[in-house]
Amino acid sequence: MGQRFPLFPEQASTVAPMTDNLYFFLIGITVLFSTGIFLAILIFAIKYRRRSEDQVPVQYEGPASLEIIWTLVPLGIVMLMFAWGTHVFFAATTPPRDAIEIYGVGKQWMWKLQHMEGHREINELHVPVGTPVRVTLTSEDVIHSFFVPDFRIKTDVLPGRYTTAWFEATKPGRYRLFCAEYCGTDHSRMIGWIHVMEPQEYQAWLSGGGAEGSMAASGQKLFEDLGCASCHTTDGRGRGPNLVGLFGSPVALAGGGTVKADAAYIRESILAPNAKIVAGYQPIMPTFQGLVTEEGITQLIEHIRSLGQQPGAAPAGQPVQPEAAGTKAGER
Amino acid sequence: MSASHAERLELREQFDTPAQQKEASTLGMWIFLVTEVMFFGGLFTAYIIYRSFYTDAFARASNTLDVAIGSLNTVVLIVSSLTMALAVHASQIGARRLIVVFLLLTMLFGGVFLGVKAYEWHHKWEQNLVPGSRFHLPGEPQPAQAQLFFSLYFAMTGLHAIHMVVGLGLLAVLVARAQMGRFGPHYYAPVDMVGLYWHFVDIIWIFLFPLLYLVNRHG
Amino acid sequence: MITTAVEERQHYLNAGYGLKSWLLTKDHKRIGLLYLITITLFFVLGGVFATLIRLELLTPPGDLVSSETYNKLFTLHGIVMIFFFLIPSIPATLGNFFLPMMIGARDLAFPKLNLLSWYLLVIGGLFTIFVMVAGGVDTGWTFYTPFSSSYSNTYVVATGVGIFITGFSSILTGLNFIVTIHTMRAPGMRWLRMPLFVWSHYATSLIMVLGTPVLAISVLLVAAERVFHIGIFDPAFGGDPVLFQHLFWFYSHPAVYIMVLPAFGVLSELVSTFSRSRVFGYAFVAFASLAIAILGFLVWGHHMFVAGQSAYAGMVFSFLSFLVAIPSAIKVFNWTATMYRGSVSYATPMLYAFGFIGLFTIGGLTGLFLASMGLDIHVHDTYFVVAHFHYIMVGGAVMAYLGGLHYWWPKMTGRMYPEGWSKLSALLVFVGFNVTFFPQFVLGYVGMPRRYHVYPDEFQVLNVLSTAGASILAVGYVLPLIYFIWSLRYGAVAGSNPWRATGLEWKTPSPPPVHNFEETPVVRHEAYDYAALFKEEEAHVR
Ligand code: HEA
Ligand code: HEA
Ligand code: HEC
Ligand code: CUA
Ligand SMILES: [Cu+2]
Repeated sequence: MGQRFPLFPEQASTVAPMTDNLYFFLIGITVLFSTGIFLAILIFAIKYRRRSEDQVPVQYEGPASLEIIWTLVPLGIVMLMFAWGTHVFFAATTPPRDAIEIYGVGKQWMWKLQHMEGHREINELHVPVGTPVRVTLTSEDVIHSFFVPDFRIKTDVLPGRYTTAWFEATKPGRYRLFCAEYCGTDHSRMIGWIHVMEPQEYQAWLSGGGAEGSMAASGQKLFEDLGCASCHTTDGRGRGPNLVGLFGSPVALAGGGTVKADAAYIRESILAPNAKIVAGYQPIMPTFQGLVTEEGITQLIEHIRSLGQQPGAAPAGQPVQPEAAGTKAGER
Repeated sequence: MSASHAERLELREQFDTPAQQKEASTLGMWIFLVTEVMFFGGLFTAYIIYRSFYTDAFARASNTLDVAIGSLNTVVLIVSSLTMALAVHASQIGARRLIVVFLLLTMLFGGVFLGVKAYEWHHKWEQNLVPGSRFHLPGEPQPAQAQLFFSLYFAMTGLHAIHMVVGLGLLAVLVARAQMGRFGPHYYAPVDMVGLYWHFVDIIWIFLFPLLYLVNRHG
Repeated sequence: MITTAVEERQHYLNAGYGLKSWLLTKDHKRIGLLYLITITLFFVLGGVFATLIRLELLTPPGDLVSSETYNKLFTLHGIVMIFFFLIPSIPATLGNFFLPMMIGARDLAFPKLNLLSWYLLVIGGLFTIFVMVAGGVDTGWTFYTPFSSSYSNTYVVATGVGIFITGFSSILTGLNFIVTIHTMRAPGMRWLRMPLFVWSHYATSLIMVLGTPVLAISVLLVAAERVFHIGIFDPAFGGDPVLFQHLFWFYSHPAVYIMVLPAFGVLSELVSTFSRSRVFGYAFVAFASLAIAILGFLVWGHHMFVAGQSAYAGMVFSFLSFLVAIPSAIKVFNWTATMYRGSVSYATPMLYAFGFIGLFTIGGLTGLFLASMGLDIHVHDTYFVVAHFHYIMVGGAVMAYLGGLHYWWPKMTGRMYPEGWSKLSALLVFVGFNVTFFPQFVLGYVGMPRRYHVYPDEFQVLNVLSTAGASILAVGYVLPLIYFIWSLRYGAVAGSNPWRATGLEWKTPSPPPVHNFEETPVVRHEAYDYAALFKEEEAHVR
């Protein structure tokens, strides 16, 4: 920041240098081929300029091997680009398993972000340096996009789905957050800051006021307020299934088949309970569409996760596997 | 009116020979039909995707359609295709009366199809199965998904019906021209073209029928 | 050489006078001119929107117009420039005028349909103009759902209807071209003797015919969704917003090749004529067009790498996007090689051709940045993308269009344009263009998102540069507008073949007679056979 006329964004995440290296490689290829072509044109234009109006040059029939060369050489180069680009993509979209979890909701025209510990922020996000952070995102209305140029990350934020972004900041500082997908009137004002802090500072920030109880605790409160607890008892005798140990485990469905109980599945169970019926139960659960906000849903998910997990899934308070909330949700 | 006179009458100035003109119009018609395939293709894609997302709701919604009526309409349409083919044949051999008869028969069957379709739509309207605020499918656990089925149902059958109406209009023009004795072995391209179009519309229905009516009737 | 004066000879321009003789014409040449006038108006309109965009972006805060207005400006700019200017530009004007002449035909196969497609463009355009007057539309040219279907409260449906109608204009043009090329070639005009302009129009037409219907059904569904809430794209009703993106890009990616393939065709003609040598690797260039048309249908997902599509689908799209770059590379190399040992002239059209090759190369190579999934995460929806497509569409396609216009102007009107002014305009366009759009690559990489009405201060310097460049560019574009009109009266009289080019269109007087040729030509040579042409000319003189 502070620089008046930057040519490059800051390299403030672990992914940033990878992206930049690819960028430099591509710039190299571009410079190479464009100067080559410009020079060839320049030279031919001068050397073979028309000297008289009636000049008819002898037709030059070049070797056919030329065609093969200039098909195969670019082909080789682009295959390299493909491999490299794909490699960077997977690095930039696969969060490490020990990432801390943030939930985010985009709505016209603001970002609402929640920490596990319960802190809620609007258009700002505080994170520790040197720690992987995973942001699980959804939208209340139209499509938005979570973009932090200094981290070289971007993910579209879709209504009705969870997508994820992750980063590990390498330098403390303040970095811009943009909404990159056009979302209506104030799209250009849907911006904010990511504050990257030293770990101890971050701890201090966390323990400073503002927390309204952890997400799981808020979720538990909602669970009771919305009356979920009346059916979902922990003794397994309620009208609904026992949710303890549900998160991350396979669920047998009425009519055959199983699904994995990930964030997307729980969200669906709350908003469209009859979409998938648990084997052995009646489709009596009412929909909570309109009664609970997207943020509330993420809190409920955290609550259910805190009820215990199957071995093999990530420990409580820690993220599920990347595909659990991201791709699976994407694929419905 | 001698054959050669009619030829000259119908040969447009940009063409050198009637054969060239015929080739051009046939190719043009085929390309047009390809664009139609792509047009419906978008809808079919949407249908197939949602069908795989919401298999059960689509199956339940599909069960409210009346297979008997759908089958009846399929038969009617196939017969109309047959009479259309016969009309083309009649024009090739120059049987003027027969052209008119077969064209009228084709129109009749086309009309029956549309009538039956209108009856079905009306029925859906009365059952509150038209998407919108009144939409209601009793006992359906996933009303939004079922409504999506009906949205696609009306979009697809509606678009198909619009094509039928256009076809009937074209047939009417042909009947008028056939009455004037315009068609014969030397000049029957228009009948041929409309025939292609009519068969195409028929084929679209042949795809729509199983997709919409029969998704859940196997076994 | 034959320099017949434009005396009382009958030609397509003086064959009839009065509005009716134009509005009801079936002559492809007159229809070409109708298109020329129409799209020029739309270009000016789109340019006015661009001007306002650039003025607003001169300063970081939103001080010139409100956010609502800004959003409408870039939406209308994109829609007008794409659907009403660039897609019809080369095919409907130069293609309409010259494609039949190049293959030795008297007209297109379906002249009435040709006229109808012009009317469809006009009607679609009127809808769009109605939208502008009534209050605009603010969805972006991409109409992403659910914003367009459920949230925007502007004139989305009317805009959609306009685009729907215009789409049919494009379908009919494509259909007409394909049939014409198949059935109306003059005797001896074999497929591999056709000028490359015709080949590239054949490929373009294939895309028009196969892709446009999908766009038509997509906008129809968005309109239906808005009016009846049928819920196909809105998650609130169980729909999937990303499905729309798939349908939209299934058309709109191939559409970018609708915009650039005709430009390739023009380039082949220019480079050959002004180097006096046969296009190097003729068959490769011809088939590259078809390869692009076909592969172009398989890469649409590269617009959606971060849109929530699965990473593996993304890989396939990325891979295919890289493949589709190869035929473009082949063309660029072949054009360059065509100049080798040629006789290179620096006439204005050739200057435009040089500009095209340079700018298209940069635009195309930056397309590879976007096709690399890892990099696209960062540059997607930033000004990098804006720079990429302006390089190809403005630096490439518009340059080729202007080059083609200069090249064929003598044939169309019988008059030459003023040489000095035209060179000046070519220079201004080239310089102005680079100053406008090169900074946008940098801007995008630094992180400025597109469609931003207000932006942080640190982006200002580059934006000021860009706006300054745009004003040079505007002068470069206004000049031809003036001198082309001027030349209609005062330009030097052009002979039938001022460039000594080989195409059949040059074998007929300028302006051409109503039926193009006094007698149907018979083709005895390959395309671009300059030796044969000069021998013929000599025989003629003797
Ligand atoms: C005429 C228009 C046109 C053309 C021809 C192209 C051509 C290409 N485009 Fe572009 N593109 C657009 C118009 C066009 N594009 C538009 C309008 C958008 C934005 C839409 C929106 O969101 O509003 C876009 C967006 C866009 C994206 C999405 C970006 C994003 O939103 O994140 C991508 C991603 O892959 C892409 C890739 C490509 C590629 C690989 C080519 C290739 O075909 C390019 C091939 C050409 C070359 C490669 C140059 C010539 C070759 C050489 C000189 C030899 C050397 C070659 C090698 C070493 C290989 N384009
Ligand atoms: C063919 C396509 C085409 C063409 C030719 C242009 C031409 C130009 N475009 Fe644009 N542009 C698009 C297609 C095109 N554009 C698209 C598809 C988008 C995306 C829209 C979206 O996001 O939805 C876009 C978006 C876009 C943006 C990004 C807006 C944003 O994201 O916020 C910008 C910003 O600089 C811009 C600038 C320009 C400029 C300066 C020109 C210049 O080249 C124009 C210069 C021309 C003139 C200035 C007119 C010439 C003047 C006359 C002939 C005389 C009459 C004039 C007066 C008296 C004023 N364009
Ligand atoms: C009227 C009783 C009732 C209420 C109230 C209720 N549920 Fe349910 N719930 C059920 C029943 C019955 C099932 C099993 C059948 C099914 O899948 O729909 C179920 C299933 C679920 C499942 C899937 C469980 C599994 O084992 O896969 C989740 C998650 C869930 N409910 C969460 C909630 C939440 C959160 C709330 C409150 C916001 C809630 N429920 C309120 C009755 C209820
Ligand atoms: Cu939110 Cu743009
Ligand atoms: Cu594309």
